[in-house]
Amino acid sequence: MAAIALAATLSLPALAVMPDEKLADPVMEARAREISKELRCLVCQNQSIDDSNADLARDLRVLVRERLVAGDSNEQVLAYVHDRYGDFVLLRPPVTGYTALLWGGPFALLLLAGFGTALYMRQRRRDVDTMPAPALTAEEEARLAALLNDDKPGVGR
Amino acid sequence: MSAVTRHRLLLLLPLAVFLILGGYFALGLTRDPSILPSMLIDKPAPVFALPGLSEGEKGLSNADLTGKVQLINVFASWCAPCRVEHPLLMRLANEQGVTIHAINYKDKPEAAKAFLAQMGNPYTAIGADKDGRVAIDFGVYGVPETYVIDRQGRVRYRHVGPLMPFDVDEKILPMIRELSK
Repeated sequence: MAAIALAATLSLPALAVMPDEKLADPVMEARAREISKELRCLVCQNQSIDDSNADLARDLRVLVRERLVAGDSNEQVLAYVHDRYGDFVLLRPPVTGYTALLWGGPFALLLLAGFGTALYMRQRRRDVDTMPAPALTAEEEARLAALLNDDKPGVGR
Repeated sequence: MSAVTRHRLLLLLPLAVFLILGGYFALGLTRDPSILPSMLIDKPAPVFALPGLSEGEKGLSNADLTGKVQLINVFASWCAPCRVEHPLLMRLANEQGVTIHAINYKDKPEAAKAFLAQMGNPYTAIGADKDGRVAIDFGVYGVPETYVIDRQGRVRYRHVGPLMPFDVDEKILPMIRELSK
């Protein structure tokens, strides 16, 4: 029972990276993991190849490790895969004319919203300042007079 | 502008938002996000040399890709959509005289041979890509995929997924005709 409890607490979440894929050198393996997290799995498109169990993701993980062993830098490995699969394979696509809207869109939207809000607030303040006070009704007029006369001794109630 | 007109205009805002979103979706939803552009369009096919399905049988290399407009079909016996498009490839080869080369992707040679014996063999030459590396050089991310190659051996078009009669009639055949001129 204790052994099971221990095993349960020690067990890590299942990883896509299989033991046979791993490089012996922990530094190289860490670099491979880092690169794999930057690469999108093209089969299950919202996972990185580091997370995905798809066959192609496995092939790409092995490829990444081979390129590293062959002496490529991290950037060279990413470029190698990018040459074959395009911007989409990079989970952080480069800023180009084509992806400018993707990167700049949220900021443009924020700016636009801020500008709109500022305009609205300014207009509103102006409206309040220039709005004429509405005339009082006869009833309100009488009540006002009564209130104003309240503290004068001998007058009113 | 009086305050009243401005408030009236404000009432149109939801409609404007709806129209913008509607237009966005009308465009966006007609696109299949799983279909990715190929990096090879108008570029020479990658350099490769693959062995044939059996020992001694002619394989496929990029040298075979020049001289004639042709298709490269990436297929595997274990791939169900490949079965779906296969009769169409047979018709393209037999009735239209289109040269089709194949890359047999991560397959057992015996299984691939059995597949062709059963479904027919439309391929002029087949290269066995057992580890899928040549396919990665092509940017293949799912089988089947079909590439249109021009006379100079450049990739001109990529189709992802099984070919349908519509794709062949509207895209592949007109393209082959245009390139063969």
